[in-house]
Amino acid sequence: MMNKVLLPTLRNAFAWILSATMFIPLLLVAVNSLKTKAEANGMNMSLPKSFQWSNYSIVIEEGKLIQSFFNSLLYATGATIGSILLASLAAYVFSRNRTRLNKAMYFYLIMGIAMPTNFVTLMKVMQWTHLVNTQTGIILMLAASSIPFSVFLIYGFVGSVPRELDEAGIVDGCSPIRLFLSVVIPLLTPVLVTVAILNFMGSWSDFIHPLYFLNNSDKWPMTLAVYNFFGRFQVNWNLVSADIVLTTLPVIVIYLLGQKFIISGMTAGSVKG
Amino acid sequence: MNRAIYPFYFGIATLVVYSIFFVVPGLMGIYYSFTDWNSYSDEIRFIGFDNLAKIFSGEAKYLSYIENTLVFTVSTVVLKTALGLLFAIMLNDGIRAKGLHRVMLFMPSIVPMLVVGLIFKSILNPASGLLNESLRAIGLDFMAQKWLTDLNWAFKSIIAVDIWKGVGYIMIILLAGLQSIDKTYYEAAAIDGANFWQKLTRITIPLIVPALVVTTVLNLLHGLKVFEAVYVLTNGGPGYATDVMYTAIFKEFSTGNYGMGTALSSVLFVVMTVLGYFVVRLMSREGDER
Repeated sequence: MMNKVLLPTLRNAFAWILSATMFIPLLLVAVNSLKTKAEANGMNMSLPKSFQWSNYSIVIEEGKLIQSFFNSLLYATGATIGSILLASLAAYVFSRNRTRLNKAMYFYLIMGIAMPTNFVTLMKVMQWTHLVNTQTGIILMLAASSIPFSVFLIYGFVGSVPRELDEAGIVDGCSPIRLFLSVVIPLLTPVLVTVAILNFMGSWSDFIHPLYFLNNSDKWPMTLAVYNFFGRFQVNWNLVSADIVLTTLPVIVIYLLGQKFIISGMTAGSVKG
Repeated sequence: MNRAIYPFYFGIATLVVYSIFFVVPGLMGIYYSFTDWNSYSDEIRFIGFDNLAKIFSGEAKYLSYIENTLVFTVSTVVLKTALGLLFAIMLNDGIRAKGLHRVMLFMPSIVPMLVVGLIFKSILNPASGLLNESLRAIGLDFMAQKWLTDLNWAFKSIIAVDIWKGVGYIMIILLAGLQSIDKTYYEAAAIDGANFWQKLTRITIPLIVPALVVTTVLNLLHGLKVFEAVYVLTNGGPGYATDVMYTAIFKEFSTGNYGMGTALSSVLFVVMTVLGYFVVRLMSREGDER
């Protein structure tokens, strides 16, 4: 009966080792962001002699981070609101009224979960629409790329909302728009929160769209700014670490606050865009 | 009645935005694959199959992009699934502080890939990186490698970093699958004298096939679209050894070879759209409640 004692201990030890493996690289950056340049040279886990909070103010100034932070916030918020609005409208009508055409359209929309973006020709589209190197352009591209998965998640949820409420609304004289905004949207809140968090985090982390389409550093989001900062200050790992912390902190905070929604959205919804 | 309450025009804006910024570039790409479109001349000439012939002729580096992408995809699919399943089985029961572990294991998947790349650029640094330092500290000097610049290790390192980031996510999906299995199956099997291996292959795996399908699809789509991991860690180096489709497309794009870039992109587009057709059929079947 050794197994009864040994096995659980082993399992728990394993769990801690695994968690540590996942956490140490992140902790490493946090620790080094508070060291002096010489201390951070080795990038190891030893604690700093004194906390160099000034690293953060240097990074914020040198890396133009205030501007980039608000750019990221604008792109992520804009893309999130846009994609939620567009996705919920489409998911709602296509799920409620399952005609052949609507089913085909739903299929067409969620095909985007698998389709890769052709950034080269997307550039041509951006030129035609005069959106190249604009903030609106980035927001639209980010919103468009999160539509497929958002539609998929919301469509599934709409199916579980009873139709009787729609009918009650109609009897009370709601117009379709009114019905959607004041009856259906409130009922969709749980899935919309999940989709909003996922899309916000996805847009915040996006690197490839601005890399292709923004050449003006005033419009760069945090990800592009931190990459560029790394290029300029490669030897100053303390500063690079501070920049990494500032870029990652918002997603970590959102993750810790909205953990339940995120994990349920990413696992129950099962396929990520 | 339905048409009046749920008017089609609700979905039009969505279809337009999605089509213009997502589908149209993909379809246009197929046309431009047959041209010599580039940044040096305004004239775009039709050159037939020249680009595609170049990609598949096997002389230049192009085939290696495809090969690398496939190697990356297959290895991450297999390893993330195997490790994810192993971890999930280990953590399935008898774990204290479950919530904490779940938060930790999931955390790398929400950190931007770009940031993960930068962190591991430091950790894998041959002279001062945490990995080699730790290996030296415990006397395993011979195992210290030039992880990102050695031809034998660079691609493996990229794969390892991607697994580090993604395995927790896969594990959590599989864990949810494991927890839905009725415990009485295992009790019955134990009475019949089944060993661990028999329980795994006869009960666990058959019952979590749906979860395994999901994780495989996720990893497959993720692997084929890999970009940041390679771009940040090695930028395709040494030479072209670690270039994948998306980094190669970016290089063609930045050097102005738009025709070639779009041809490469279209190869990916066609493959993934065909693949996507089956994936989406699978998904929409599951989603049909009524």
